Amino acid sequence: MYDFDYHKPSSVADAVKLLSADPDARAISGGQTLLPALKHRLNRPTYLVDLSGIAELKGVKREGDKVTVGALTRHIEVQNSPEVKSAIPALAHMAAVIGDIQVRNRGTIGGSVANNDPAADYPSAVLGLGATVVTDKRRIAADDFFQGMFTTALEPGELLTAIEFPIPEKAGYAKMRNPASRYVMVGVFVAKTKGGVRVVVNGAGPGVFRQTEMEQALSANWSPDAVAGIKQASEGLNSDIHGSAEYRAHLVTVMAKRAVADAG
Amino acid sequence: MNVVAPFEGIGASVRRKEDLRFLSGRGQYTDDIARPGQAHAYILRSPHAHARILKVDTAAARAMPGVVAVYTGEDTKGLGGIPCGWQLHNKDGSPMAEPRHPVLAEGKARHVGDPVAVVVAETRAQAKDAAEAIEVEYEVLPAVPTLREALAPGAAQLHDAAPGNLCYDWHIGDKAVTDAAFAQAHKVVRFETTNNRLVPNAMEPRAAIGDYDPTTGEHTLWTTSQNPHVIRLLMGAFVLNIPESRLRVVAPDVGGGFGSKIYHYAEEAIVTWAASKLHRPVKWTADRSEAFISDAHGRDHVTTCELALDETGKFLGLRVDTLANMGAYLSTFAPCVPTYLYATLLSGVYAMPTIYAEVKAVFTSTVAVDAYRGAGRPEATYLLERLVDVAAAETGMDRVEIRRRNFIPTDAFPYQTPVALQYDSGDYFSTLDAALETAGWADFEARRAEAAKQGKLRGIGISTYVEACGIAPSAVVGSLGARAGLYEVGTIRVHPTGSVTVLTGAHSHGQGHETTFAQLVADRLGVPLSQVDVVHGDTAKVPFGMGTYGSRSLAVGGSAMVKAMDKVVDKAKKIAAHLLEASVQDIEFERGTFRVAGTDRTKALAEVSLAAYVPHNYPIEELEPGLEETAFYDPKNFTYPGGCHICEVEIERDTGKAQVVNFTAVDDVGRVINPMIVEGQVQGGVAQGIGQALMEEAVYDEAGQLLSGSMMDYSMPRAEDLPMVGVANHVTLCTHNPLGVKGCGEVGAIGSPPAVMNAVVDALREFGVRHVEMPATPAKIWNIINAGAQRMAAE
Repeated sequence: MYDFDYHKPSSVADAVKLLSADPDARAISGGQTLLPALKHRLNRPTYLVDLSGIAELKGVKREGDKVTVGALTRHIEVQNSPEVKSAIPALAHMAAVIGDIQVRNRGTIGGSVANNDPAADYPSAVLGLGATVVTDKRRIAADDFFQGMFTTALEPGELLTAIEFPIPEKAGYAKMRNPASRYVMVGVFVAKTKGGVRVVVNGAGPGVFRQTEMEQALSANWSPDAVAGIKQASEGLNSDIHGSAEYRAHLVTVMAKRAVADAG
Repeated sequence: MNVVAPFEGIGASVRRKEDLRFLSGRGQYTDDIARPGQAHAYILRSPHAHARILKVDTAAARAMPGVVAVYTGEDTKGLGGIPCGWQLHNKDGSPMAEPRHPVLAEGKARHVGDPVAVVVAETRAQAKDAAEAIEVEYEVLPAVPTLREALAPGAAQLHDAAPGNLCYDWHIGDKAVTDAAFAQAHKVVRFETTNNRLVPNAMEPRAAIGDYDPTTGEHTLWTTSQNPHVIRLLMGAFVLNIPESRLRVVAPDVGGGFGSKIYHYAEEAIVTWAASKLHRPVKWTADRSEAFISDAHGRDHVTTCELALDETGKFLGLRVDTLANMGAYLSTFAPCVPTYLYATLLSGVYAMPTIYAEVKAVFTSTVAVDAYRGAGRPEATYLLERLVDVAAAETGMDRVEIRRRNFIPTDAFPYQTPVALQYDSGDYFSTLDAALETAGWADFEARRAEAAKQGKLRGIGISTYVEACGIAPSAVVGSLGARAGLYEVGTIRVHPTGSVTVLTGAHSHGQGHETTFAQLVADRLGVPLSQVDVVHGDTAKVPFGMGTYGSRSLAVGGSAMVKAMDKVVDKAKKIAAHLLEASVQDIEFERGTFRVAGTDRTKALAEVSLAAYVPHNYPIEELEPGLEETAFYDPKNFTYPGGCHICEVEIERDTGKAQVVNFTAVDDVGRVINPMIVEGQVQGGVAQGIGQALMEEAVYDEAGQLLSGSMMDYSMPRAEDLPMVGVANHVTLCTHNPLGVKGCGEVGAIGSPPAVMNAVVDALREFGVRHVEMPATPAKIWNIINAGAQRMAAE
């Protein structure tokens, strides 16, 4: 990696000040994406702003009909959180199947959502549950937040601080892992919420997207059979040495069925 | 009294002596070594698969902070080329094409990763920074990454010295007799397949440190090698012109090799040479990304074959036509892998009356391809065992019956195959029967039906194999083109108070030699295991050696120890006879005790060794003091482990994902010294075989870029991908070495891939599948299921 300076602020305000001061500064939390990029010299920040000392970004709270997860909450903490497990078991399940135990012990929900890797897990839950992304400046609806591969509504210097998940009636998540990287090859998050049914696909395309045909079918009949006959179009999906766009399109239906069957 | 407790001798599953240091983090690997004043090398590698190097401007790099030196091919062009250890000959008797393999690229880069320049700096990061400042002007040329592209008319030429990118065009067997057999055949089964290219991925990436003492002129190289003496010979004699007496090569703890650390690599020469120029130690350590594009890969064959059968299913003959990828340059063993380690195994476990095989070795714009666990024998076994299954399907014969009918009879050993080898021993019926029994072959259909209820496709596959290892008789391999002998060396040093140091030219990089060899010596000499220590991996300590590969360490290295122990005992008997005032003919040696036959007059080994080193009462006129002997053992033949592997897979119908749910390996590896270590070796080999069958593949794109160039895209098997592997042994003894041992390091990787693939094809039989290419990834299997389902719907 290239040399960089290092700062460890203890408040959101200080972190934002540091990040706003230099467009080449980078925030780091769990480092599960940024550190490998630094090691491969794919990223050359002037300085890193280590968020791990900011207490206000940590922890899980259940308030009324929502669960708020601080940006710095690690996957393992979401996986084991009694609040998440009782209110949104699908989210705890998703956290439990991210990467491996080493990744889950380091990676944070804020880092995953802000990075918006198409092969990440969390973005599908955020969009699928119609969550709200909270930053130091504003509240952003999930529908407005994800803007394609590695792109979000976050502005330079803006810091994601928490995610508010409305508690759904039911939700489920199923995925097929890439056989090499074990990132998501195709994942589907399904949720039945007050705002309606959502079906969100991750891994298969350049970013998370809603599968509206499946949403309509599940609204009429919440069962695996309802989506079994719905084919995802392969246009625009990823195609590589691990599988064609057609294969990924097929897996969308398979994973949607599994997600509905497993939904709790 | 030195009496070996029975639990630590030959046949005991003694825990590994070396594990204490490995498990407590005290292993000493090359990268753990820091020499005083050491500088760090970083190698700038070609980003292009094939390019002319028009200009290398290092001025800016030289001015960077911490930079000690920058070298290019201009600086190293006076050095020898990296040598190849084998010379093959074409059908017409002419020698193979052997173009120069420069230490640093000279005028042209021939694969992504080809070393173009080296920066030596105070730190690794500084060397890397400076390497980015080197300006290389390339003229990109068309890449020829695949066998067929490289051989196509008008293809880009990698080497002037290899027209048509052809390294050699070789054959073995009798063409006329084989053609005649095919003319008589009741049935001919044809089959075409690719043996997928693999990246070895040992846990420890390669590393090397060069050092030079200007006062003595002594060079030292620490390197991640499976055979330090071979590196000393190749690098000293052919590349750097350093006499052996002034070149010490140390291969300390090494974290896995699987073949990839046999070869002499450019980086070893670079650090040794740079250290002598700079008069300071120079260290290089690969990272994983660098390993993917600089370690020799494995396999990569394209083959067409035909099997002739009579009306009863008896094999009449075999014809094989193979293209083998050499990569851009010839690595140390490369030419012999698809010939003498492959085509000579094409008879397999079968009484095959005649065989004719042709092999074309081809240069491509990819990293070099060389031996990888099994080396040629997995390719032969895969070809034959898939072909036999295809033949069974096309003749309507049972898969087990067709094998049994064609096995070499157990009373036919020694058995001469039509492709040079003479198998000394084996019993394929017993390993088959034991495997069928253990795997529950007879009641498989019930398991298939049970899986079908869960929506899964379950299949079972079998592979019966033999391999040739314990390489090798020097005169034989010499006549086949080897430029070295393949004996092994062992020294037994009995110390004055009776403890023993064993020096071996074999090298342990995960095999547990420090335990197995100690058991062997403890058992033979009657010394407690705790008093036997094994030294390996240092040319300054071990007299000589050819190293560890080809499952040779015990069969050849262990036999050298036995020979040296025999010499020690012979001498010790003379000393004991003197001490006991008896005739040497009357001295018996058993379990560490010398006895005058038929009496209770004895001397312990420790008493004899003390007399040998404190020769006050000693036959000094006729015997030298001391008790240390060295032996060179040159094997009389290869050894021939064989056996039967049975695999069961379950395939998820809707995703195509295959999971191995059951695996049985019954192997005949000859006498077993440590069953626990043998079991671990077989399991590790099977894990790699399952990896090849279902997951692993090095994929190059048309431009010669390695698409599967990191763990993000190269699928290594993990624990969750592997079943519990049931391992059993059925022993027939090797007839020509003193231990009766055959070797166990490669059998797992040789026997397993066809067992897995035969199971995959069996699971997919309802879709009318004849063959599935490795690796059988979920996407590939789903395509088959999907196409089959669509076809059936159309019908």
